Amino acid sequence: MRELLELLEHDARRPVKELAAMLNKSEFEIEDALKKLEANKVIMSYNTLIDWERFGDHNVTSVIEVNVAPQREVGFDAIAERIYRFDEVKSVYLMSGSFDLLVIIEGQSLNKVADFVARRLSTIEGVTSTRSHFMLKAYKKDGTIMDDKENDRRLVMTP
Amino acid sequence: MNKWEENLSAAVKQVPPSGIRKFFDVAAKMDDVITLGIGEPDFVTPWHIRESCVYGLEKGYTSYSTNKGMPLLRKEIAALYKRSHALEYDPEEEIIVTVGVSEAVDLALRAVLDQGDEVLIPEPCYVSYKACVILAGGIPVPVATGIENEFRVTADALEKYVTPKTKVLLIGYPNNPTGTVLTAEELKGIAAFAQKHDLIVLSDEIYGDLTYGGLEHICFSSLPGMKDRTILFNGFSKAYAMTGWRLGYALANPVFIEAMNKIHQYTMLCAPVTAQVAGIEALQNGDANMHKMIHEYDRRRHLIYEGFCRMGLKTFEPKGAFYIFPNIESTGMTSEEFVENLLEREHVAVIPGNAFGECGEGFIRCSYATSIDKISGALNRIENFLKNI
Repeated sequence: MRELLELLEHDARRPVKELAAMLNKSEFEIEDALKKLEANKVIMSYNTLIDWERFGDHNVTSVIEVNVAPQREVGFDAIAERIYRFDEVKSVYLMSGSFDLLVIIEGQSLNKVADFVARRLSTIEGVTSTRSHFMLKAYKKDGTIMDDKENDRRLVMTP
Repeated sequence: MNKWEENLSAAVKQVPPSGIRKFFDVAAKMDDVITLGIGEPDFVTPWHIRESCVYGLEKGYTSYSTNKGMPLLRKEIAALYKRSHALEYDPEEEIIVTVGVSEAVDLALRAVLDQGDEVLIPEPCYVSYKACVILAGGIPVPVATGIENEFRVTADALEKYVTPKTKVLLIGYPNNPTGTVLTAEELKGIAAFAQKHDLIVLSDEIYGDLTYGGLEHICFSSLPGMKDRTILFNGFSKAYAMTGWRLGYALANPVFIEAMNKIHQYTMLCAPVTAQVAGIEALQNGDANMHKMIHEYDRRRHLIYEGFCRMGLKTFEPKGAFYIFPNIESTGMTSEEFVENLLEREHVAVIPGNAFGECGEGFIRCSYATSIDKISGALNRIENFLKNI
């Protein structure tokens, strides 16, 4: 199971036939395992890592440190939910250290992101302060180096 | 003929030209070629190893090392063999660091061979063994193996070629080009044979870390009575993806190591110190990355084996290294014709089996040290090639 997940994490488009051959299992076994992993949400979704910058989009990504006043019984979870339900919000993490929530927001322009923070995020009840950082360049994303220049430099045939 | 050619030494003239040169020239000019013809990992050396070399340079590791190699590196090599094979080698006297296993094999042969001494070499085998024996003044005696036995050499087969002049047995398992690994029983048979004829055994175990399916590599020196008569070779190229660094080593009794060092000090002086610094890092912290790579080879191995079986080419499941050695006789072509046609029609590069010895005729060597996508692509093209013969 772990091996199957590792392979898919790296390339979700691998055909079942290929996965089966690599893991020395039957195609049926792989399909069955996938169904189970999807059903119990170990596999959440099959996404594609896209370099939007290269495609021509120039979105703005902002990393925001959010401080909140935790609420009785629900702690941070209720406020986190009020934040992560917004479509603009890409990721939300509860953090240890000098702030509570790390919120990653993507928007079409600086203005739109700033507007979202000012009007939507900081006005949520329980949010006590925000501190925004704008991302300038992505070098590596989810384990993938964005502009990897390490090509195969080997000779075409060697003994 | 250029008049200087007659000035060349008899030994050099006796060494046949490379069996892959002409295909290489064709393949190198194709821009869409998929190659399964490369005998080295497709991984770049793990970053922490590269980084340690850069740091070493910054710290000024730019001078010669002692001839036998940096003391710490030899200590780490000794520790590795103690840890993984329960073998005790004295880092002072029983280990020499060389410029790849290639140099170590050359040193060992030159250290022990006299003119006319015979060296038993099970084939198919790595291309340089025979040449090195000839250049050292010895006579290579090929011992053929075949697919019916998954290219395993046996004591019985070796017996047929022993003469009073036989001095050395040179073996390389896990094997390039076949991927064959010998079992403990088989190795014991060979050990008894070496004992019986009082042979020196040269064991090239560069692919020792690359065995699959839960198979443990058995170090030839660890067999009862073999440590003293065996010169054991290993290096960093395959397991740590460090081919271009040119770093290998030999382990043997002090007499052999001292003799090899004599040649080494006058010809090579020492292995590159930058590589030695990186080698220390590889041995100290490289296991996790190495296992990751081995794991990846194993998946590719399944994929490529399954692919050739599906096509109906007679092949056996390789258990080590990163090669598979399918039989192509059913196509009616020789190895070289097959390689040439496959390259021309489908732009896939593989190595003709006869480059590794006469008994490799009828086979091709395919390396799976390349990405899954390329392996799949190459398999599709080969399947297409077979359909259109």
